[in-house]
Amino acid sequence: MTMRLPNFEFVAPASVDEAARLLSDPGRSSLIVGGGTDLFPKMKRRQAVPTTLVSLSGVDEMRGVRVDAAGNCVIGASTLLADLATSEVVPSAVATAAASIASPQIRNTATVGGNLCLDTRCNYIDMPETWREASGHCLKDGGETCWVAPQGDRCWAINSSDLAPVAIALGGSVRLMSTRGERLVPVGDLYGDDGIDCHTMAADEILVELLIPSDGGRATYRKLRRRGSIDFPLLGVAAAGRFDPDGICLEVRIVIGAVTPAPVRATEAEEFLIGQRLTEEVIVQAADIASGPVRPQDNTDTGSRYRKWMIPVFVGRALRDLVADDG
Amino acid sequence: MGTGHNVLGRALPRVDSMEQVTGATRFADDLTLPGTLVGRQLLSTHPHALIVGIDTSRAEALDGVRAVITGSDLPITYGILPVSQDENALAVDRVRYVGDPVAAVAADNAEIAERALSLIEVDYEPLAEVVDLEQGLSEDRPLIHGEGSGRNVHRSVALEFGDVDEGFGVADHIREDVFHYSGNTHAALETHCVLASYDASGKLTLWSSTQVPHYLHRSLERVLELPAGRIRVVATPNGGGFGGKTEPFSHEFVAAKLSILTGRPVRINLSREEVFYAHRGRHPVLMWVRTGFASDGRITAMHFRSFLDGGAYSSYGIVSLYYTGALQTTTYQIPNYRFEGVRVFTNKPACGPKRGHGTPQPRFAVECQLDRAAEDLDMDPVGIRLVNAVEPDSSTVNHLRITSCGLRDCIAKVAGASDFTARHGRLPHGQGLGLAVGAYMSGAGLPIYWNDMPQSEVQVKVDRGGGVTVYSMATDVGQGSTTMLATVVAEMLGLQPSDLAMVTADTDLTPVDLGSYSSRVTFMAGNAAVEAAGKVRDRVVRAVAEKLEANPSDLVLADGRVSVAGDPAAGPDWSEAVRMAIATEGPLIESGSYRAPELAGPYKGSGVGISPAYSYSACVAQVRCDADTGMVVVERVWLAHDVGRAINSLLVEGQIEGGVYMGLGEALLEEQAFRGGLHRGPSLLDYKIPTILEMPPVESIIVESVDPEGPFGAKEVGQGPLLPVVPAVANAVHDALGVYIDEVPITPDRVVAALRDLARGGSGRFGPESVPDFDFGTPVRVEPPEGFVAP
Amino acid sequence: MTEQVLSLQVNGVEHRILTADHRTLLEVLREDMAMVGTKHGCDLGECGACTVLLDGRPVLACLVLAVQVAGRTITTIEGMAEDGIPHPLQTAFSEKGAAQCGYCTPAMLLTARALLDEVQAPGPDDIRQALAGNLCRCTGYNKIIEAVEAAAGAQD
Repeated sequence: MTMRLPNFEFVAPASVDEAARLLSDPGRSSLIVGGGTDLFPKMKRRQAVPTTLVSLSGVDEMRGVRVDAAGNCVIGASTLLADLATSEVVPSAVATAAASIASPQIRNTATVGGNLCLDTRCNYIDMPETWREASGHCLKDGGETCWVAPQGDRCWAINSSDLAPVAIALGGSVRLMSTRGERLVPVGDLYGDDGIDCHTMAADEILVELLIPSDGGRATYRKLRRRGSIDFPLLGVAAAGRFDPDGICLEVRIVIGAVTPAPVRATEAEEFLIGQRLTEEVIVQAADIASGPVRPQDNTDTGSRYRKWMIPVFVGRALRDLVADDG
Repeated sequence: MGTGHNVLGRALPRVDSMEQVTGATRFADDLTLPGTLVGRQLLSTHPHALIVGIDTSRAEALDGVRAVITGSDLPITYGILPVSQDENALAVDRVRYVGDPVAAVAADNAEIAERALSLIEVDYEPLAEVVDLEQGLSEDRPLIHGEGSGRNVHRSVALEFGDVDEGFGVADHIREDVFHYSGNTHAALETHCVLASYDASGKLTLWSSTQVPHYLHRSLERVLELPAGRIRVVATPNGGGFGGKTEPFSHEFVAAKLSILTGRPVRINLSREEVFYAHRGRHPVLMWVRTGFASDGRITAMHFRSFLDGGAYSSYGIVSLYYTGALQTTTYQIPNYRFEGVRVFTNKPACGPKRGHGTPQPRFAVECQLDRAAEDLDMDPVGIRLVNAVEPDSSTVNHLRITSCGLRDCIAKVAGASDFTARHGRLPHGQGLGLAVGAYMSGAGLPIYWNDMPQSEVQVKVDRGGGVTVYSMATDVGQGSTTMLATVVAEMLGLQPSDLAMVTADTDLTPVDLGSYSSRVTFMAGNAAVEAAGKVRDRVVRAVAEKLEANPSDLVLADGRVSVAGDPAAGPDWSEAVRMAIATEGPLIESGSYRAPELAGPYKGSGVGISPAYSYSACVAQVRCDADTGMVVVERVWLAHDVGRAINSLLVEGQIEGGVYMGLGEALLEEQAFRGGLHRGPSLLDYKIPTILEMPPVESIIVESVDPEGPFGAKEVGQGPLLPVVPAVANAVHDALGVYIDEVPITPDRVVAALRDLARGGSGRFGPESVPDFDFGTPVRVEPPEGFVAP
Repeated sequence: MTEQVLSLQVNGVEHRILTADHRTLLEVLREDMAMVGTKHGCDLGECGACTVLLDGRPVLACLVLAVQVAGRTITTIEGMAEDGIPHPLQTAFSEKGAAQCGYCTPAMLLTARALLDEVQAPGPDDIRQALAGNLCRCTGYNKIIEAVEAAAGAQD
């Protein structure tokens, strides 16, 4: 046990309001902690050193999944990933994505809110302190240079959430609360396309719940990783769509995760698919269109070239899932 | 008992398994002494730099810091091999890789220790770094060991056995192939840990997760300048070893020194990151192999070149280098053989021995090439191997003595069980089968430092109640050496292994065993135990025979009794028999020892590869590949292993399955990769060892060739089964997809790159194109051994 | 440094521990309570060696704060045998050779126990999924699967 957490004060308020008040206290440098399975390793590596951790585990109403009057799934942000993975209420693609995250033990601790708010990852930042010093601290680590793209002036760390692509594909939104009130934000708008400035939420806002509308249509999530467990995604593709009785695509969303600082919608491919039947030929074309603008960087396992190759493969597989007979 | 044995060969639990499953096993980090301080090491953040100055004053001034040391406090060098003592516990004047320990602290707790490290200021003057083979062979890089610049060649070798040119001259078909085997590491789940205590009487005790307490003992004596009698090393149960704990490490000297300075116990537990830097794992090896074949598939000559990227220190490197050339001849009759190899220093963590030490890399190359030669010659993989397979009781061209050899049996068994011949080359696209074989030593023939003493000693003491205590320095690293010893002694004395008390791995209490490396313990400590227990048995039998007025040769020791054959109820029980023996001849304490026969050939370097016996393995792997993603799933593995004789079949299967597991990790996932001098991911997230989801069912087939010199005929099983796994997977991937991945691990990006090349009309090969142009010099010509018959 | 007196229910016994907020359950178990049966392999949630049961569910003690688990039920390897009688999983692990070095074993056993508490007769696939977060470097896992199956059978 050589890697230890830095000192902090741990507070577990019983209500969201109290949590919001704590977060807005300018005298503290507070962070929200869900399960801590993402935050604690980063803190042990001294990538984050907050003085106060505000835990939401004491807020009962933030746990669990329910269906509201309109038929929407309302998933409390403190719901454990293990519980989401076995929920029969949520769309199966959401459960599939949850079941694919990390390991069983981590899913027993990690939360929905935590996964949606994962800090971006990169193999220059998620490293021990000695390593980061040896590499020359990167842009996200307070240094001058992004070692992934040293010519540029931005950070390319990756959004590795498995839930975000599915939630975006299904038209999900999140409820954010702070002392200033609450707002409902589409999940896609949560993320900024920069590895450092990667969340659009204010520092004192609390993600309270995830809403998945009932009319999201058929959905799927395809994940690429080296091992069947523990690993973060090298690529995650979610797709959701609605089709008329003749199989004509009425609506489709394709979301590519784990290659860029924010999950990306493949809008050109989506537009291409509207009004078409998803034949094999159409799927292959759409997959190529989807892949076109996405530029993976060499900042995780297997490198950028391979992940670029895999984007059309996984988009194709996701689209085939949408029109597969067995659902 | 149909086998005629008491307990031999049975699938009995480990003698220590109840402690393991109740959490009672005490690993090094589980031990604590009153007042134990936390030791931590400061690591270099430069791959190559001079240390201009170190200021430890701020750390020393910190409340709760008890001692701070730097390289000058431990100036004496060490190294596992007597010829290459090139390490300092803490860097002196120069750091050679990122992670090289530079200074260390002992503090009241972990927080203070961490804070103290951050207060140590090291002034570095960076030097040009040497990070790969090419740079290591370059003339204009600074020397990592030495002054000025030049090639960082650690050692090179050029040997020729027989006449290789003549062998190629008579070949009908010649192949040349280039392969690369990436470096990988042990990744034992227990991170290295030591607890050092220097007591008021001036005695130093180390409890350490080491596989080699004897060598550590000797090194501490040297570096600390303490008499051996004032040092005690206790090897705690290793939470996995695999070769990763087979030499003295910095933290062991540092903890000892800090304890001496503070007069308090000091614990150093390496972080996972530090373990990746301490490393000593599999060398990355670039290989070129040229082999001549007769039209019937027989090998006429082989020329093998290996290039090892050794990292910053020697470690076992010279031996590793020779191993990449030594064992090719143990499986196939190679009448003419030339081996050239070179190991370079680079500014990376030092490579050393990992399960199979230096031999999985050439085994990968040779077995992949052999499959291709079979294709060229219109033979099948089984046929080309059988036509070349070595015979029992033969000699190899490089002077290795082969005694028992179950190779043909192993091949036949895996081929039969997997229905290989009917299915190879005939499965649907994406599915494939691959075959490969291997052989490994049952203990290195020579000790690491020259001496003519036994390589293993065992003592058996019997008390008046019949209690038997076995003393041996053999170190259990999970392989079950303690259970092996208990089984051997129990078998000899007609007892159950669980009846015995086992005292192991303690330099104060136990007679020397050289350690758990080179798969030597079953053969060497096992034989020593047979001798010691045999003497005890003889004395007991003598005493009982006298009492019963029976012929000693008619007495049988079984089920806790000594009785006359055919009359199990007659005769005393064990404890009574023991008292008779003590009464007649005094204390019942006997010892046994083992030293391997003189086997070295008539050339420099012949000490590497010799062994009193070789184990044999054959493996078939069945894969299913996703041609779109390049992902390879191993669906099933058949592995037959000639263990000579299974002393405990459960443990033999365990070693086979564990070897398969580790081989699959090397084949598909694991790579100790670097970007420049920087490890690409010193964590168990980035360094990917297989989870349970990646592990296929394994059919373990135990082949028993009954070795003439092994204990009850036993040979090794700890390392050999890994060897054929990697090439079997590579050959299976070729069978499945038609691509040649000549570089392990066979990662999905490499597979897809090869498939894309194939689709474009290319050869579908992924791998290195060539090897460096290096002058190995004129090879030393060695005549084959007398009586060597070229096939 | 913020410290609290916590009441931890470990293996059915209440322990009152004064500890700082930032200390993990793993640190408190091993260092403050001398319960060293729980191991550690990475400290970062990547290996599973520190698994304990929290209200019956496997969690990683290296990523859980002691303050987070006050009042909840914690089971460690030391609490797996009852009244000195080994749990069927412990017996099966011993008999089937499911432990080699034994380092991952406490965590593997607890994770398997959580499975058996939930599923009476798990198949090999259930077992694989349940143990997918527990790395073992020695056995190749197959004997672990056999042992869990055997223990499930013995429980009937």
